[in-house]
Amino acid sequence: MVNPSDSTKPLFLQIRELIEDQIVNDQLKEGDQAPSTNQLVNFYKINHATVSKGITQLVDEGILFKKRGIGMFVAEGAKKTLVQQRKKAFVDNYVTGLVQEAEKLGITEQEIIELIKSTKGRDA
Amino acid sequence: MMAASVQLNDVTLKFKKFEALKDVSLTLEAGKIHGLIGRNGAGKTSLLSLIAAFREPTSGGIFVDGSPVFENPEKMEQVAFVYDKDYKEETEKAKKLIALASHYRPHFDMDYAEQLIKRFKLPVNKPVNKLSKGMQSAMNVVMGLASRAPLTIFDEAYLGMDAPAREIFYKEILKDQEEHPRTFILSTHLVSEMDYLFDHVVIIDQGQLVLNEPYETLEARGASVTGAASDVEAFTADMKHLNEQQLGGTKSVMVYGELDESKRREAQTLGLEIGPVSLQDLFIYLTEEAN
Repeated sequence: MVNPSDSTKPLFLQIRELIEDQIVNDQLKEGDQAPSTNQLVNFYKINHATVSKGITQLVDEGILFKKRGIGMFVAEGAKKTLVQQRKKAFVDNYVTGLVQEAEKLGITEQEIIELIKSTKGRDA
Repeated sequence: MMAASVQLNDVTLKFKKFEALKDVSLTLEAGKIHGLIGRNGAGKTSLLSLIAAFREPTSGGIFVDGSPVFENPEKMEQVAFVYDKDYKEETEKAKKLIALASHYRPHFDMDYAEQLIKRFKLPVNKPVNKLSKGMQSAMNVVMGLASRAPLTIFDEAYLGMDAPAREIFYKEILKDQEEHPRTFILSTHLVSEMDYLFDHVVIIDQGQLVLNEPYETLEARGASVTGAASDVEAFTADMKHLNEQQLGGTKSVMVYGELDESKRREAQTLGLEIGPVSLQDLFIYLTEEAN
């Protein structure tokens, strides 16, 4: 969710992640039209320049592509690329912190695995 | 494209000894939405009334699409200036005033005016002096938007409007700008509410230009640096501080100026958190400092 009051993350990153999320969870499929810059500006009340910056990054990385005069579309292979990117980020964002914190608290590897299993079981 | 550019060259405006504007030079690109931000009495209305040719500058030149604007009927027709007009004596109905406006505005779109009247729920059959302040403002906005003038100026046009009405106003600017591009100048001090509209931002204070740049580069204009007090102080020692706050051992400093990639990496290794600075914050601290 885009949250202008989350001061730690630049808004253009929040915008690109929002679209990425929709691609990763299949709300936006390959070949689908992505929301236009104007729609995003109106919906989130975020400046045009900021929204464009997020969108441009996705275009530059080949996640979205432009059809002149029509709009922005999800590229072929976009989901695969994003999932790979996110798997890499998963280690930095979650695993490293988890391991460090577990070490501080003296939680063993076995216990970590147990905790993951029971959390998964609860959610399912 | 029906949009006009504006140029000011060394514009000064004096009222007897008081200098309302001092040597203001500025170019406003055609087809953009410009935000003019300033505190009360900063000179916003003076500046706008000069651009709209309501008065003549003491010195300097003002040009719309390259032609001097003062006493130039052809140019004045291209400029719609919406401001907080006094309607105490206005006993005509809103409908009549809007119809009147349509006669001297060559691009006026009556169908669009009707749509806006519905959206704002404007009671058009009431005498204008009996309308609430917010409704008088809505009527001004209807006339300003439906005029589709190549240069449309809204000088704090939202005065007295409630939040839902202001929201309609902002959305209509964006929507109509997309379909009928023109140059807008919006003056305001409701910065956080309106900043998403602006393509370009001009801040004035005490009659002088303080900031003049595209919104996209504004983001890089400042940053907030938060972390352990001593680290933050060392990191920001040679930067211009806009504001600082401290809570226990944690300090947060708002700095003015760009943080390049190597500075950002340095912050990361020091465990400092770098956050963006909002236009509202920039406005507050840039104009506070000068006073």
